[in-house]
Amino acid sequence: MIPAAFDYHRPASVEDALKIISEHGDDARVIAGGHSLIPMMKLRMTDIGHLIDLQSIDSLKGITVDGATVKIGAMTTQHELIENAALQTAAPIISEAALQIADPQVRYMGTIGGNVANGDPGNDMPGLMQCLDATYTLKGPNGLRDVPAREFYEAAYFTGREDDEILTEIQFSAPGGGYAYEKQKRKIGDYATAAAGVLITKDGDTCASASIALTNLADTPVYCEEAVDALVGSSLDAAAVSAAVSAAVDASDPGEDNRGPVAFKKHAAGIVIRRAIERAIERA
Amino acid sequence: MNEMTPPKEERAAALKGLGSSRKRVEDARFTQGKGNYVDDIKLPGMLFGDFVRSPYPHANVKSINTEAALAVPGVVAVLTAADLEPLGLHWMPTLAGDKQMVLADGKVLFQGQEVAFVVASDRYAAADAVELVEVEYEELPVVVDPFKAEIDGAPVLREDIAETLEGAHGPRRHPNHIFTWEAGDKEATEAIVDGADVVAEEMIYYHRTHPCPLETCGSVASMDKVNGKLTLYGTFQAPHAVRTVASLISGIAEHNIRVISPDIGGGFGNKVGVYPGYVCSIVASIVTGKPVKWVEDRIENLTSTAFARDYWMQGKIAATKEGKITGLWCHTTADHGAFDACADPTKFPAGFMNICTGSYDIPTAYLAVDGIYTNKAPGGVAYRCSFRVTEAAYFIERMIEVLAIKLDMDAAELRRINFIKKEQFPYNSALGWEYDSGDYHTAWDKALETVDYKGLREEQAKQLEDFKAGKTRKLMGIGLTHFTEIVGAGPVKNCDILGLGMFDSCEIRIHPTGSAIARLGTISQGQGHATTFAQILASEIGIPADDITLEEGDTDTAPYGLGTYGSRSTPVAGAATAMAGRKIRAKAQMIAAYLLEVHDDDVEWDVDRFVVKGAPERFKTMKEIAFASYNQAIPGVEPGLEAVSYYDPPNMTYPFGAYICVMDIDVDTGTTDIRSFYALDDCGTRINPMIIEGQVHGGLTEALAIALGQEIAYDEMGNVKTGSLMDFFIPTMWETPNYTTDHTTTPSPHHPIGAKGVGESPNVGGVPCFSNAIHDAFRSFGLTQSHMPHDHWRVWKIANELGLHN
Repeated sequence: MIPAAFDYHRPASVEDALKIISEHGDDARVIAGGHSLIPMMKLRMTDIGHLIDLQSIDSLKGITVDGATVKIGAMTTQHELIENAALQTAAPIISEAALQIADPQVRYMGTIGGNVANGDPGNDMPGLMQCLDATYTLKGPNGLRDVPAREFYEAAYFTGREDDEILTEIQFSAPGGGYAYEKQKRKIGDYATAAAGVLITKDGDTCASASIALTNLADTPVYCEEAVDALVGSSLDAAAVSAAVSAAVDASDPGEDNRGPVAFKKHAAGIVIRRAIERAIERA
Repeated sequence: MNEMTPPKEERAAALKGLGSSRKRVEDARFTQGKGNYVDDIKLPGMLFGDFVRSPYPHANVKSINTEAALAVPGVVAVLTAADLEPLGLHWMPTLAGDKQMVLADGKVLFQGQEVAFVVASDRYAAADAVELVEVEYEELPVVVDPFKAEIDGAPVLREDIAETLEGAHGPRRHPNHIFTWEAGDKEATEAIVDGADVVAEEMIYYHRTHPCPLETCGSVASMDKVNGKLTLYGTFQAPHAVRTVASLISGIAEHNIRVISPDIGGGFGNKVGVYPGYVCSIVASIVTGKPVKWVEDRIENLTSTAFARDYWMQGKIAATKEGKITGLWCHTTADHGAFDACADPTKFPAGFMNICTGSYDIPTAYLAVDGIYTNKAPGGVAYRCSFRVTEAAYFIERMIEVLAIKLDMDAAELRRINFIKKEQFPYNSALGWEYDSGDYHTAWDKALETVDYKGLREEQAKQLEDFKAGKTRKLMGIGLTHFTEIVGAGPVKNCDILGLGMFDSCEIRIHPTGSAIARLGTISQGQGHATTFAQILASEIGIPADDITLEEGDTDTAPYGLGTYGSRSTPVAGAATAMAGRKIRAKAQMIAAYLLEVHDDDVEWDVDRFVVKGAPERFKTMKEIAFASYNQAIPGVEPGLEAVSYYDPPNMTYPFGAYICVMDIDVDTGTTDIRSFYALDDCGTRINPMIIEGQVHGGLTEALAIALGQEIAYDEMGNVKTGSLMDFFIPTMWETPNYTTDHTTTPSPHHPIGAKGVGESPNVGGVPCFSNAIHDAFRSFGLTQSHMPHDHWRVWKIANELGLHN
């Protein structure tokens, strides 16, 4: 658990960080909270010549809620997400999910930007961001561009971010209605055996809108469009919920690991998704 | 007693002796981060060692090229087996009579095995160089399943002893077979099983796990070439034995070796054995003339240092129709990994597995254990238990449940009618032990009554009804366990390790002002010896525990002892402490009598002083006596007040307990929720109730981990699947339930203060209790046995196979 030698950079602006990336190319990596990258370096599974620490870049930090628009700087920690009152009002699903990430020590360091940008299917925030239909802002040598979270993830650890870009901000509209983030895990600090984020709004007794996304049930987060279709326009009756659950389970594609075989994971996913939908309906 | 003398009770309380929940004196430094662990040792010019380890579970080592590694700036040496061979140190003896490669000698036998040792000026240079050592391997077929180790065409693992038909523990029937060990009467037991009213048969597997102490293993060796002295700091649970072994294998005279166990961050059996890292740090220090530190990381600890358990226990239990047990038969297949490195007393290659008749009066029994080599890490240590006692307790406590199912009886009642009765002690078991004392019925009844067992069963029946009616998806399980341990090895006549008798020792010096220092042959790894042994002494010699310093772990100062494991410290070193204290008191009595100008027999002990019989106003306190011993010329009495005791216990001690766990199980997700856990422990005389409670909480939490998820798992290729804390389950506060502790007190009749030892009881009793709760929840659906660990998916699998998801 001793990493190979590397040069450490601590730029004060995104521009400076980009400049260091452009100088060193593939040999440089940005680091946010470090929960994924540092273990990989210590295990010598990744070899990084130049580590660019983003923690001194103030412009990457902070949460703003302006009407229905929520913007979160990439270097905002999970702890800050949990503590922010305005965010709690605008999108309480964020703290519900963040509180299920590891433990307070991890959440003091772990950032939302690192969590979504790394492309680790075990991370909770990518699925949640797909659920919220968030947009990621990426800054590179050619300036800014926005990518929807639902289009960002290509495969495990492969995302729509180019090597010379930094994910700077996350933006979404406050969802309103009912919400739930449900996660089954073996212990505190573990990735999900199965997890699901659900948002539901109602118009009278009818489901006006819905969103369902899954964590760690495939190589990438899974946005469950067919499950959403099963709910929207329904009266959220048992048949609609069951149809949504089975559509979401069908959309999942978990692999076998120490948490268990595929059959178990799919079964657990069905339970977790159902609980999330039912809790979101209760709150809608 | 004059007016100035406080009452007895007040004086006794001031001593903080036996029974006092005195706060731990160790905690002031531990809670402030001021402990001094092996990795805190920093010596001038110290070098660092790091291992090249095998990625393969079984392979020939064709060549090792160290050239590139040696070119790394700061690298001083790269040791391979070829460098150790001239010293005869490329292999080392194990505690079990086998030998183990220090560095790969032509082949590797498990993933993570030590291949080369890089020595460098700092950790980073060493780790960089490890990457650059080029090893050419030729992969070989593996043996992962011990039941396939002896089939035709199975690869021979230990080619070094392939032709050796006589092993350390008798004949070997196959190159991959280590030993067969038997206890009891095979013929009689099989006759009883064949003719019994009822026989329950089951395979009980206690999976491979690991003690995983918070501090990993490590050492700092410092060879002083000027005076020829070797100082070895290390994570040793038995520092004196390490000194002797180090002397025997290195040829350095024993008086020139000083072994120091500083603070140790948990051992749980993991730090009993000798590891290649220790040997390599010593050799590297001899070669370089500089101190060399080796400290393993977590992955190395989990994958290469001693594992625990891995016993496949095939059992048959015979009974009458009424449930009276008539016989117990057990055949165990023990997966020992690549080298037999179990830490057991020499004559007991399967430890005290023959305590597997448990708390029950079973007239006839038979046990056979076959040790098998596989391509896995060596070990088989007693993880917070006396040698193989957890395996034995798990086996019998599962077999009782299996029998209860077969008899369609309540498992609590089945236990009750088979317990050894109070009046049967000392009790000679069918497998050869003499249980010292016990009162199982009283403990059991107290436990059942406290948890309202009858009410719990009614609640369970109601919940089952609700489950069947579709009102809930949760099942309630009630886990029962009544365990009996055998600890405190042991009588020297039948317990030794590498020929060293398993006595222990205490040396006491009383200072002129009436305070004291005591040194023991044991070493605390978190048990709180400095707190509790001072309490034993306080009660024996009337000096407040707060005025007694306790030291362990430095072989240059402490008396020789066999160390701390197997709950032996209190039964053996604790006894030595009391006996040494009694020698002090005997001399103090002579001094007091002289000072009081009466005959020795005319004074009597009174808490912290000797008083003249019939004249309580005439007395000498221990403080006065201590001072007198240094400044009075007393005819016929040497000056000073010191004593040493080497204690060879006449028997082992047999702590026991009654545990009851209530658990809710979600059949759809396989998640479990501990509703309550009640632990009644009887460890004989209780020295410090607060420390006992802490030990019980800690042991139960380890038991929870083992039962519900903790394992060292290998895939069929021999790769370790659970080599980091991502997958190796260590419960956090969140997963840890509340525990209710309770006790009865049945003193050991042969121990000077009646104490039996407690640190390991909760691990021994906790594992079957948690496991039985899982099994109990599914009993009405036809489950008889499902192997641990009961993690979510395995619990789900039980429910799935029982059709509960349809």
